[in-house]
Amino acid sequence: MDQAALAPERQLDAISVEDAITHLNSEYADEVQLDEREGYGGIIVDSKRLVDIARVIRDDLGFDYLSSATAVDYLGEGDHLEMVYHAYRTTGGGALVFKARTDRDNAVIPSLVSIWRGSDFQEREAWDLMGIRFPGHPNLKRILMWEGFQGHPLRKDWREAYYEEEQKPFDSRWPGGHVHRAEEKNVFGKNVTYPPDIDLGRLMDTSEAAVYQSLGLGVDVERIMDKDGFETDELVVNMGPHHPSTHGVFRMVLTVDGETVTSLEPVMGYLHRNHEKIGERNTYLHNIPFTDRLDYISSMGNNHGYVLAVEQLMSLGRKYNPPTYRCEALRVMMVELSRIVNHLWAIGFWLNDIGAFFTPVLYFVQERERILDFFEAVAGSRMMCNYMRFGGLFGDLPERLKSVSNLANDRVRDYNTMQFLTEMINERIPRTIDDLERLLTQNEILIERSVGVGVLTREDAINYSAAGPLLRGSGVDYDIRRADPYSIYPELDFDVAVENEGDMYARYRVRVSELRESVRILKQILPRLEATAGESIWADGKPGAYAPRVPHGEAYGRVENGKGELGYYVVSAGGRGGSSNPWRYHVRAPSFINLTPMGIMSRGYKVADIVGILGSIDIVLGETDR
Amino acid sequence: MNLQELNQSEFPVPAELENNIAITSLSQLYNWGRRNSMWPMLFGLACCAIEMIATAASRFDFSRFGFEVMRATPRQADLMIVSGTVTKKMVVPIVRLYNQMPEPKYVLAMGACASGGGPFKEGYNVVSGMDKYLPVDVYVPGCPPTPQALLYGMIALQRKIDGQSIANGDDVPWYGVSTAEPTPVPVLGPDIIDPRQMDMIRRQAEAAAVDAPSIGSRELPAATPLVAAKVTVDTTAEADAAPINENALSFVLPTGAAPWAEAEEIREKRRLRALARKALRATRRAAVAEEE
Ligand code: SF4
Repeated sequence: MDQAALAPERQLDAISVEDAITHLNSEYADEVQLDEREGYGGIIVDSKRLVDIARVIRDDLGFDYLSSATAVDYLGEGDHLEMVYHAYRTTGGGALVFKARTDRDNAVIPSLVSIWRGSDFQEREAWDLMGIRFPGHPNLKRILMWEGFQGHPLRKDWREAYYEEEQKPFDSRWPGGHVHRAEEKNVFGKNVTYPPDIDLGRLMDTSEAAVYQSLGLGVDVERIMDKDGFETDELVVNMGPHHPSTHGVFRMVLTVDGETVTSLEPVMGYLHRNHEKIGERNTYLHNIPFTDRLDYISSMGNNHGYVLAVEQLMSLGRKYNPPTYRCEALRVMMVELSRIVNHLWAIGFWLNDIGAFFTPVLYFVQERERILDFFEAVAGSRMMCNYMRFGGLFGDLPERLKSVSNLANDRVRDYNTMQFLTEMINERIPRTIDDLERLLTQNEILIERSVGVGVLTREDAINYSAAGPLLRGSGVDYDIRRADPYSIYPELDFDVAVENEGDMYARYRVRVSELRESVRILKQILPRLEATAGESIWADGKPGAYAPRVPHGEAYGRVENGKGELGYYVVSAGGRGGSSNPWRYHVRAPSFINLTPMGIMSRGYKVADIVGILGSIDIVLGETDR
Repeated sequence: MNLQELNQSEFPVPAELENNIAITSLSQLYNWGRRNSMWPMLFGLACCAIEMIATAASRFDFSRFGFEVMRATPRQADLMIVSGTVTKKMVVPIVRLYNQMPEPKYVLAMGACASGGGPFKEGYNVVSGMDKYLPVDVYVPGCPPTPQALLYGMIALQRKIDGQSIANGDDVPWYGVSTAEPTPVPVLGPDIIDPRQMDMIRRQAEAAAVDAPSIGSRELPAATPLVAAKVTVDTTAEADAAPINENALSFVLPTGAAPWAEAEEIREKRRLRALARKALRATRRAAVAEEE
């Protein structure tokens, strides 16, 4: 077809990221500047025109998927706050990074919720932790901390109660080795001192009132006339934070009319462990074990995303060797094994939620235990593997797998590693998946419960920045391993699992196909491991630096984790020699952002379906609340 | 307590009844029944919860030791396994859940986080250990503890129960005469507020009014929390230079009576009152019996 005959927009949404940036820069010369700081990329948009330009980026340039929106506090480096957005095309390719700046004192940036609904929770997080207001946001209130909390903790001048120093290692402990406890100086464990006229008798919790307010619930209960003219009340149901089906300390506040859900508001932050604040005090290496504790079901995948982001930054410097082929193959193997663990767990607990209480889980846990035994023998820990390093790994596979604890019911006492892997990948795991499919896929009860429930349309899935099986279950063929490949995925042969229905059953089917695809990948990894046996996992034969210095710049590393797109936005603000601690460390958590469409997905369904819908999204609270 | 122990008693049992009669103490029998039917609450907080589930699942299976089944409601649970990071936001519901559990009740702190704050201790939303709010019976170290470690901790709890006695009423609260008071539920203000610290907070506020706020305090811009008026934040940045913030410590250990002495006193009073009530009831009953 004649290229020129296409509409101009048609051409624009196929141009490369660089061309898109040039286009924006020339078209909107007054509002769009190139970001020319050392190691940075993308554009800086005048916040007054942010919404218009975002619309151009989405509609004309075709970057329809907002992956991440987060804020950075450049205190002492220009003294402004900056919102950073990463937009992608669902057809694949790299990110268009655009930023908007605002003052620290009166921080205001227009909300992009009207363009991408997916920015909803992320903007609320930026307000909560950074104190940026977003005019135009429909429901701007704190999301992780409670309403009424003092201050915005991710600001660089906000200090936590046990504050010691800006960066680790703390002088008081290293190299002197003194034991020093910050809590002895601050016995209350909080950093608020109370005013003299404090009235403790009238102290009450206002955080709950704020939750109900946003649902339009106050003192008055709304009266509804049902179809027969009876006056009925809308009822508020609180599920969680202690509830067996919320997969942790997650809470949903729903209003129901009879048994039908009319609105739903996710309430979170019950496991907000200040991952990012702590991460900005830690050294780069320090953060790897912390990433384990994000999505604690698949720690290997978390490690991978983080080391990719930091390796991106390190590759800007001179002294950097990319990981060897064997290292990449091992990484992919570990990540795919975690994906299997993750999906087995997800399917098992989703079945719990829709009524098959615990029996399927018991079978899946068996297979999971075997994989965990392998992790334990290789990395030293069952769940928190802490396995990957910048440019390498903690260690190669051992010759023989030896049990760490050596108990009577340990299954790998002493076993040849490759033999164990071969048996597991070629026999055990496929057998488990076959069993699973035989019992479940055509199961009448399962189909009755899940087909047509919790529907998320294709358009909504993209607009709400859904990721992982939630996105692919809605018919979007988007898997980062294919769309924006990393590691050795380009040379591996696998298919992206897609289902078009967008309901719970479709998500289940996507997960099952991904289990099979993971096995397919693992089968291709085995010969690669055998071929590279004896090769080092480090490019120069010895482990990388203990405290690497990372060059100035920003990086966004993302991987396709079991739960969806896991991204790390890391800013290094070192001087000439680079920095030893990240200036900004942000996690784009799929479990968090996948909850944004929870409200629309559950409206109109029954209360009993809600737990199933939540289970089919597959969240883990360590990552949701971070 | 095994069968052999049951059958070996210092009390003489006629030869023909041997192995048919067992003599034991009431405490022992009571504890034996209780330690072998401890139902944990189905309640997971963070990563440790996954290992707790693994411990309950097919391979490790804590039902074998009497932790038969996890109950989702606190009203049917005997044991709260605090499996994960306790945050300031979550400690409020946790204390409520604990108050809803019927006695006798036990708390097991699983992992580094629940025991003392763990890797996330420095965080602004993290409580440095469950024992800041609830009485913890067993601590299990690890991050996360392996299922084996958790099982060991649970068995340690069983041993602890073995040592409790009905005869000694002050041993554990539920064998005493007084009724248990619920643990006060913390309040989410500008930071978390523990009602048990109210006195200290008041004293601190008064002290702050007299002399200038301690070194290192600074005003926060635009504070609109529920505690109106001025709110200052102790950054302890400069205070770092001073060895220990004497000012702060003095609230924990006010000159004279320690705060726990006060609590002790209250508990003692309550006990005496309960005893008096009991005595009164007994005399009344005796009076009624006499009339009849
Ligand atoms: S102790 Fe470790 S594993 Fe357990 S909740 Fe804390 S961080 Fe997670």
